Amino acid sequence: MNELGFPIISLVTFFPIFGVLILMFIDKDAKDTLRGTAMAFALIEFIISLPLLFSFQNGTAAMQFVERYTWVKSAGLSYFVGLDGISIWIIILTTFLTPLCVLCSWTYIEKRVKEFMICLLLLETAMLGALVSLDLILFYVFWELMLIPMYLLIGVWGGDNKIYAAVKFFLYTAAGSVFMLLSIFFLYYLNHKTTGVYTFDLLELYKLNIPVSTQFWLCLAFFVSFAIKVPMFPLHTWLPDAHVQAPTAGSVILAGVLLKMGTYGFMRFAIPLFPYASHQFTPVIAVLAVIGIIYGALVAMIQPDMKKLVAYSSVSHLGYVMLGIFAFNMQGVEGGLYQMLNHGISTGALFLIVGMIYERRHTRMIKDFGGIAKVMPIYATFFMIATLSSVAVPGTNGFVGEFMILVGAFRTFPVFAVFATSGAILGALYMLWMYQRVMFQPLDKEENKVLKDLNAREIMTLLPLAILVFVMGFFPGYFLRKMDASCEHFLKTYKKQVAMYEQGLEDTGAARLAAVLEEGKLKSTLLD
Amino acid sequence: MFDYIWLVPVFPAIGVLINGLLGRRIEAINKSLIHWIACGMIALSFIVTCIIFFQLQGLPATERIYQVTCLPWINSGILQTNIAYLIDPLSMMMAMFVIGIGFLIHVYSIGYMDGDPGRYYRFFVYLNLFMFSMINLVLANNYLLMFLGWEGVGLCSYLLIGFWFDDEANAIAGKKAFITNRVGDFAFLIGMFLLFTGLGEHGVWSLQFNEVFSNVHHLSTSQATAICLLFFIGCTAKSAQIPLYVWLPDAMAGPTPVSALIHAATMVTSGVYMIARSNILYSMSPFAMGVVATVGALTALFAASIGLVQNDIKKVLAYSTVSQLGYMFLGLGVGAFTAGMFHVLTHAFFKALMFLGSGAVIHSMHHAYHKIHSHDDAQDMRNMGGLKSKTPITFWTFLVGTIAIAGIPGFSGFFSKDEILWKAFSSPQGHWLLWLIGAVAAGMTAFYMFRLLFMTFFNDCRAGDAAEHIHESPKTMTVPLIILAFLAAVGGYLGVPHALGGSNMFHHFLEPVIGLGDGKLLQDATTAVAHGAHQAVQAAGHAAHAAAGHMAEAAGGHHGAHHPPLWVEYLLMAVSVAIACFGIFVAYFMYIVKREVPVALAEKYAFVHRLLLNKWYIDELYDLVIISPLRGFSYFLWKGVDVGVVDAIVNGVARIVGWGSSAVRYMQSGYVQSYAVSVVFGTVVLLGYYFLKAL
Repeated sequence: MNELGFPIISLVTFFPIFGVLILMFIDKDAKDTLRGTAMAFALIEFIISLPLLFSFQNGTAAMQFVERYTWVKSAGLSYFVGLDGISIWIIILTTFLTPLCVLCSWTYIEKRVKEFMICLLLLETAMLGALVSLDLILFYVFWELMLIPMYLLIGVWGGDNKIYAAVKFFLYTAAGSVFMLLSIFFLYYLNHKTTGVYTFDLLELYKLNIPVSTQFWLCLAFFVSFAIKVPMFPLHTWLPDAHVQAPTAGSVILAGVLLKMGTYGFMRFAIPLFPYASHQFTPVIAVLAVIGIIYGALVAMIQPDMKKLVAYSSVSHLGYVMLGIFAFNMQGVEGGLYQMLNHGISTGALFLIVGMIYERRHTRMIKDFGGIAKVMPIYATFFMIATLSSVAVPGTNGFVGEFMILVGAFRTFPVFAVFATSGAILGALYMLWMYQRVMFQPLDKEENKVLKDLNAREIMTLLPLAILVFVMGFFPGYFLRKMDASCEHFLKTYKKQVAMYEQGLEDTGAARLAAVLEEGKLKSTLLD
Repeated sequence: MFDYIWLVPVFPAIGVLINGLLGRRIEAINKSLIHWIACGMIALSFIVTCIIFFQLQGLPATERIYQVTCLPWINSGILQTNIAYLIDPLSMMMAMFVIGIGFLIHVYSIGYMDGDPGRYYRFFVYLNLFMFSMINLVLANNYLLMFLGWEGVGLCSYLLIGFWFDDEANAIAGKKAFITNRVGDFAFLIGMFLLFTGLGEHGVWSLQFNEVFSNVHHLSTSQATAICLLFFIGCTAKSAQIPLYVWLPDAMAGPTPVSALIHAATMVTSGVYMIARSNILYSMSPFAMGVVATVGALTALFAASIGLVQNDIKKVLAYSTVSQLGYMFLGLGVGAFTAGMFHVLTHAFFKALMFLGSGAVIHSMHHAYHKIHSHDDAQDMRNMGGLKSKTPITFWTFLVGTIAIAGIPGFSGFFSKDEILWKAFSSPQGHWLLWLIGAVAAGMTAFYMFRLLFMTFFNDCRAGDAAEHIHESPKTMTVPLIILAFLAAVGGYLGVPHALGGSNMFHHFLEPVIGLGDGKLLQDATTAVAHGAHQAVQAAGHAAHAAAGHMAEAAGGHHGAHHPPLWVEYLLMAVSVAIACFGIFVAYFMYIVKREVPVALAEKYAFVHRLLLNKWYIDELYDLVIISPLRGFSYFLWKGVDVGVVDAIVNGVARIVGWGSSAVRYMQSGYVQSYAVSVVFGTVVLLGYYFLKAL
């Protein structure tokens, strides 16, 4: 069955559901029991996900821990899951962030604790399911399933304008998904037409050679769907609203994992399925990514609300990820993957940090603060570490990702890369300006003078993230080596396919590919 | 044999960890433990550096280059970078003086920061973190690790400028320093990318110095020029040159030991170090060298002009630092890399000395004011005067520093400054105009430094009631002053020029690193020689080194045939000394003899005075041209584009859909989400059905 001889992926994916079942039987007024149970399940979940990491084979690009059961044979539906170097770290990130989300909601969420925890665990299962699915319909089910708990998290536990934000979030994403689903069905049909087999098996569909014009439209549908999720400029306006209204845990999950679903989707589905169309779209995506980087940073700069500022900074950071992936070389792609993790950690930490001060002061307006470092030195330290990570100071994780992305981007599109690099200046500008106005300056507001520093629970929430910032900043090798084989494979396949289409060989396929490869041109482009 | 080099950066890092994690507890138990740990770590680091330094000295000159790889760092595909250190004369010279002066300033801080309202441990954590970054910067064997140090020191600078963050001005100054440096770092990054792609075609992906320099001949001149200029922009930020110098004067908001260590002696010279390190690269681009020299000379003059009229004791020193850094770049730009580095060294001695001296003055003034509960400005020289007798050690040591910077023969500043001026005139890339600018700036320097000295230490004390409370600072502060005064006085003898009968030890010491670059453009040499230079750098080929050395000797050495004769060198030396003496005399006349003159002058030339006092209004200009428009544009993007366009469309669509569905809204009761789900799925199923059917 797989390396461990045990359906480890299914266990990891569905373990939170057990938690949901247990939570259902706990009295809704026993809040601490509910929190404790949810915490226990989230922690155990994290621990049982670790074997995935430790048994992961670095050297291969093949799917690992694969499980496959036929579901509806006639329709070609199957339960097909597995992971590789592209998804492994995002999976771990998900199981790692969920306990922190439970922890940060301990006192933040006081009403409907039971339902809140159920939503959180349900969301975890949905996210993990989407990350491990190798069957398109299975993926789509999980993809849509993610929406509902997230929608509830915003709509029920959100801020003043929660309904608007929740509906906007839902409709934006659902609208994108419609196109994707259509595209999936079309692909399914096309595959049957070509091979005579009905299947939603992703790995089978990879092999399909799709005519260029068809590819374009199918790809567009996937792109729109994922681009909304990322979110890419100009499809990003749901994000600031969703983030601002969501409770802290919702924001952390949203920024930490849900946005990565978009970028992950590009790497797992859109690009390998439609390599040539992706190739054609590259300039567009790169331009939008660069616009997103600069635009997000500029708009972030003038936000009066801390949370909105961090939300717009996400637009900027995810722009880097997209730019890296579409640079189509090792530095760019690995940097993009690395930056996904970094963003989960640094932005996750920032949302936690904003949430902690909100819990104390019930405001997030920058102008209501000032001089907080004086009364909350521990908080100030964590805030500074998250800030440094976010502005990519060398020695933090952010630098590793950003540097790799920019190196990669510079090799492919130097001019865009120069513009993107200017985001580093703007990033420092908005983050440090916020930090200055919130943490420094005179402590002149009476309400702020009595603020209590972080308690043990809050320190425990932030500490793992702070440690990771430096570990990932100085020892990126451990993380990157797990991505190597898969990224290399991703690039090789992509480049071969593009070369093939460019030679007009879509009909004769791989037979003549070898001849093409002999030509020096392709060889040099394969040097990554 | 130098495998333990990693200890040098690790000791300060340990200090950061211990004091950073446990500082609050340690401080509660015993405050002095904090500085024992912090200073102790730097002392250990210094000892290890000394051992390596003397071991290195024991080797033959051509073998004085070692690389130690400690850890793989950012590796992806062809990109291969390591955390690895380079031990050669240049890096060791930098490490020696950075850690040495760093140690003295750590000790000085014990006295200075005692009783400070800010957190004691926090200060030492930042200071140790700075040492860690700076050590990485100077010992790195590749550009990327250097960049880690480069941004790390910038970060510490930011944290320390804003150390007393409850004053808004300090917080803003800190941020300004970081952002300005980020602008420079942006260029540095692009430079690295260009280097990476430019040399990548030839299989060099490591950004490692020796690999880069041995392959620079693969770069076209335009590529090399672009890279050099981009790196130089990085330097203009870090080393406060036109146009990015603006942060340094404001950085004086930080505690004075910080100004001495970071904003005078070490961090701000890292730009000079970087160019000296990249001398082979710069030698490929005469144009870039010309830019470096011109910007350096202009900065030297421009900053000196502002320094003439400032009244804040630290501001004068700050502009003086900017100006002196300009000299260093002037030296680099005319190909006198060793002379530039020599000035880095002597400047570190006398400027650290003067900053610490000013700190002692401020400390004394502050305590005196504190005693009488006055809030007068303890840094304004107009409140000082007559401190000579009240703080004698501070005065005498300060006097040594002032003489040294003014360029009086016999003191350290004279030797290094004179070598730069001479090279500015005589080297193939030099020009008499560069020399003239430098000489005029030297006169201004002598004037404003002695003005500072006279205003602070001479005449009557203007501190009013506080005067009787002014006392000398504690031993932890005065002892470092005395040591630095000694170094400022005699440091110059490391590099006495041949013209004055010296042997220029300093020059010979750095020769293995700067062998070819110094005074000789690589471009003139053939590729084979370029390769030879690499060999020299690697200390691999003795023959090649000899050849390179010969080339340098012939073209840029001190006995070059086409050089101006020796009497010219003596003449220029005499002229620059005369100009300096004239500056001192004017200062003496204006601030001791006829003290009404400055006021009269300021009134007579009010416009010029105001222009200089307000630093040529450069800050205001930047604000008007860059910062305000950027903010306005951002606001437009937010309210205009985000809310006005994108969201307007989204909400418009939603409203239209809303009207449509209001007709059917009573059909069913339930949750919004179930509506949405059913709508979406229904649409999909229907569309999909027709889609499939149609095909």
